[in-house]
Amino acid sequence: MPQPFRLNVNGAEHTVTAEGDTPLLYVLRNDLGLNAPKFGCGLGQCGACTALLNGAAIRTCLFPVSGVGNASVVTLEGLGTIEKPHALQRAFIAEQAAQCGYCINGMIMTAKAFLDHNPHPTAAAIRQALAENLCRCGTHVRIVRAVQRAANGT
Amino acid sequence: MCGSFVRCSALRTGPDVNPHSGTLPSPRDYSRREFCQAAVGVVVFFSMNPGPFLGHVAPGQLPLDLETNKRLDSWLRINPDGTVEVFTGKVEYGQGAITALAQIAADELDVNFERIRMRPADTSHSPDESYTAGSASIEVGGGALRYAAADARATLLEMAAAKMRAPTGSLTVDDGVITTSAAAGRVTYWELASKGLLARDVRSGIPLKPNSSRHIVGTSVPRLDIPAKVTGGEAYVQDMRLPGMLFGRVVRPPSYGAQLTAFDDVSAKAMPGVVTVVRNGRFLGVVARREEQAIAARAALQRAAVWTMPTELPDEASIAAFFRNSADAQVTTVSSRSPSVTAPMAVRTLRATYSKPYLAHASIGPSCAIAAVEDGVLTIWSHTQGAYPLRTDIAVVMGLPLGKVRIVHAQGSGCYGHNGADDVALDAALLSRAAGGAPVKVQWMRDDEFAWEPFGGAMSIDVQASVAADGSITDWQYDVWSNSFNMRPGQRGGVNLLAAWHLAQPFQHSPPREIPLPSGGADRNAVPYYDFPSQRITEHFLPTMPVRVSAHRSLGAFGNVFAVESFMDELAHSAGADPVEFRLRHLTDDRAKAVIRSVADRAKWRSGAKGDGARGRGIAFLRYESTKTYVAVIADIVVDRESNAIRVERITAAADSGLIITPDGISNQLEGAIIQGASWALKERVRFDRQRVTSRDWNSYPILTFSELPEIDIVLLNRPDLPPLGAGEAALPPVPAAIANAFFHATGRRLRDLPFDRDRVKAALA
Repeated sequence: MPQPFRLNVNGAEHTVTAEGDTPLLYVLRNDLGLNAPKFGCGLGQCGACTALLNGAAIRTCLFPVSGVGNASVVTLEGLGTIEKPHALQRAFIAEQAAQCGYCINGMIMTAKAFLDHNPHPTAAAIRQALAENLCRCGTHVRIVRAVQRAANGT
Repeated sequence: MCGSFVRCSALRTGPDVNPHSGTLPSPRDYSRREFCQAAVGVVVFFSMNPGPFLGHVAPGQLPLDLETNKRLDSWLRINPDGTVEVFTGKVEYGQGAITALAQIAADELDVNFERIRMRPADTSHSPDESYTAGSASIEVGGGALRYAAADARATLLEMAAAKMRAPTGSLTVDDGVITTSAAAGRVTYWELASKGLLARDVRSGIPLKPNSSRHIVGTSVPRLDIPAKVTGGEAYVQDMRLPGMLFGRVVRPPSYGAQLTAFDDVSAKAMPGVVTVVRNGRFLGVVARREEQAIAARAALQRAAVWTMPTELPDEASIAAFFRNSADAQVTTVSSRSPSVTAPMAVRTLRATYSKPYLAHASIGPSCAIAAVEDGVLTIWSHTQGAYPLRTDIAVVMGLPLGKVRIVHAQGSGCYGHNGADDVALDAALLSRAAGGAPVKVQWMRDDEFAWEPFGGAMSIDVQASVAADGSITDWQYDVWSNSFNMRPGQRGGVNLLAAWHLAQPFQHSPPREIPLPSGGADRNAVPYYDFPSQRITEHFLPTMPVRVSAHRSLGAFGNVFAVESFMDELAHSAGADPVEFRLRHLTDDRAKAVIRSVADRAKWRSGAKGDGARGRGIAFLRYESTKTYVAVIADIVVDRESNAIRVERITAAADSGLIITPDGISNQLEGAIIQGASWALKERVRFDRQRVTSRDWNSYPILTFSELPEIDIVLLNRPDLPPLGAGEAALPPVPAAIANAFFHATGRRLRDLPFDRDRVKAALA
């Protein structure tokens, strides 16, 4: 049976009604109108749907809404806006680190969780951190450079 | 003849302008310094005698896409509010075409870049530029747009001259402000703009601005679409939401020829949120109020449907034999050159056979579309590469006149050719009709995309060459077997949309037709760019397509250049020649030689350097479609003898695509093509058994990951006085041969079958 869930997403409280096993992805996209988390595989293989749960990167295509509880959810929208982008968003624009851009939500959110614990990583460490995120356009080199740029604060 | 420097572009976008509305918001808030640091690679400028290009045509003629779309206001409109709307028929899918087209329009009109508003292709009013494909957006679409902009500018200057009582020759324009040297005063485009100003056919004989007066073309303008994509803006059709929108999913058969023998939809219809279940022949679908409800109902319907699967596919391991035994092959000699009497005597003949498997586009975002009936018009928002051709096929299947179908482009995930974009548009149309015309968003699931997208065709290739005593090639014989690389919608004699084939009253696909050279399909780049005294290139075009195929980035060039450039390496080795020198020896085109020399210089190629059993390097070259971008790449690899894995450490590339519109955009495309090419070469292969495609997710179709990422180093050879050439696909085809040649350099063994996965490497080293 559908039931109400109280969610803290990007710093705001929301109540949504859904089946408990609904993947968080569809709640974020369709109930809260967020665009950034993307459906890529529904299998946890590609990372396009990534958001942060209490600061950790999760695959929202598999994570049930009932599992959120009191944790805070942050999506790419919660990092910054076009007017006031987050350092990672600024870096991705500066490096022009996108082609189609469909995977970029997952790249930035995975990098955010990673940089929060590894503020000064090597390029190799960044590649390792992103190893489970797939990009099909071949933008990898720019993505790594953008994450480095954000880490360097330039 | 050239100077070399790292290029930094001037940013022309201020922090508080919003050059685009809708899905293309403005790049904001980043500094010139930041972007200059980001500008990639080395740009080498070559100056040659300027020739006519990009919109230049013979007297009395118009650029190609204008001939078929003459109305000037179907291309652009000048608005009193100080903006210019551009209606291109070309579409964005992450390749940066829309930004480059905006640069071209702004430059020719003499207005600042921020004033340009790019409008998405829309069959209700956009010019019909057919497909956005073949790396032709700039050459063809840009040429037409530039000419249209020149006509608009000329119109405005004529009006200004009359108003200011000054000769047009005395007028100058700066950001739409027209002044005259003959008198005081000024008038702006925006004051002259009126409804209907450009509501007429384009005129012939319009002069274009001299190349030297370009300000925006040639600079790395930041992509218009990126800010929304990195901040969660509404960037894709997946992000569109219409009032009352429902969610649809399709339930595909388990295999191409599977027949539905039993289907019970009673329980699925009773599931929460389900609005309707559709069955028409073996097309099955469901519409629900919530997305997860549609997905759950899809799963229930999959369980409720009983199918029989014929054994219909060839043996994956014997595709080459299957092709060669084909009874209906259409055999064509696509190029032949007879030996001249002065040709040197052949002393030796070599032969080799190469293969390429079926490859998937494998877009990261599964295909998606929204369909709704609006004011009696079936309207579909789609990431198709060809809005007009799609409209043609949709109208046929839905039984509607063309005027009652409207296709509006909205971006999707990168497509790299003909993926599921068009198919899902028909799925959405069928499901929306079943829901009474309500807006229905359909996105394919991951396995829909892998199992049903049209793949890039498998290829089998024989090459034989004879060489003279000095190693020079005296004769080249080449045979390629493959299917069509162009089963896109909108073609004569059939409908090329998946669901149409599954309806109770099914449609047939169009008869496969080969694309003529120089572009070519299966034979794209089958004719080597080298100058051989004697050659014969034969295509065996196979109309029977056991596995669904269509356009896939670079079409047949990927397999053909793999074979040509691998075999050139084999011939160089047999002649005891350096692979770089050997290629140069067989080329007469200076631009071809320049990219090879540039990449060799950049990578510090040393003639005679020995591989050490693990490390090696190889080179490969092509001129894409024999008329477009020149690319040479050098791959540095390491072979891990324990795991039998090839690690590509670095790929160095040099490219000459004529005039560079956007240096950073070209770099981005080349980098992407190289990495995708490495992924295809090392890992990719669509798997199938005798009944069905078995590659259904990222585990069964692995692609290159960050942990396998090579370094990329690119040299751009800019030719500001020569036409811009299509570049988006050009760097893919030379990658596998460069890797295979590097493998030979390292190990002395040849890899002649793609992909170079661990099993193949192990077999080669055995």
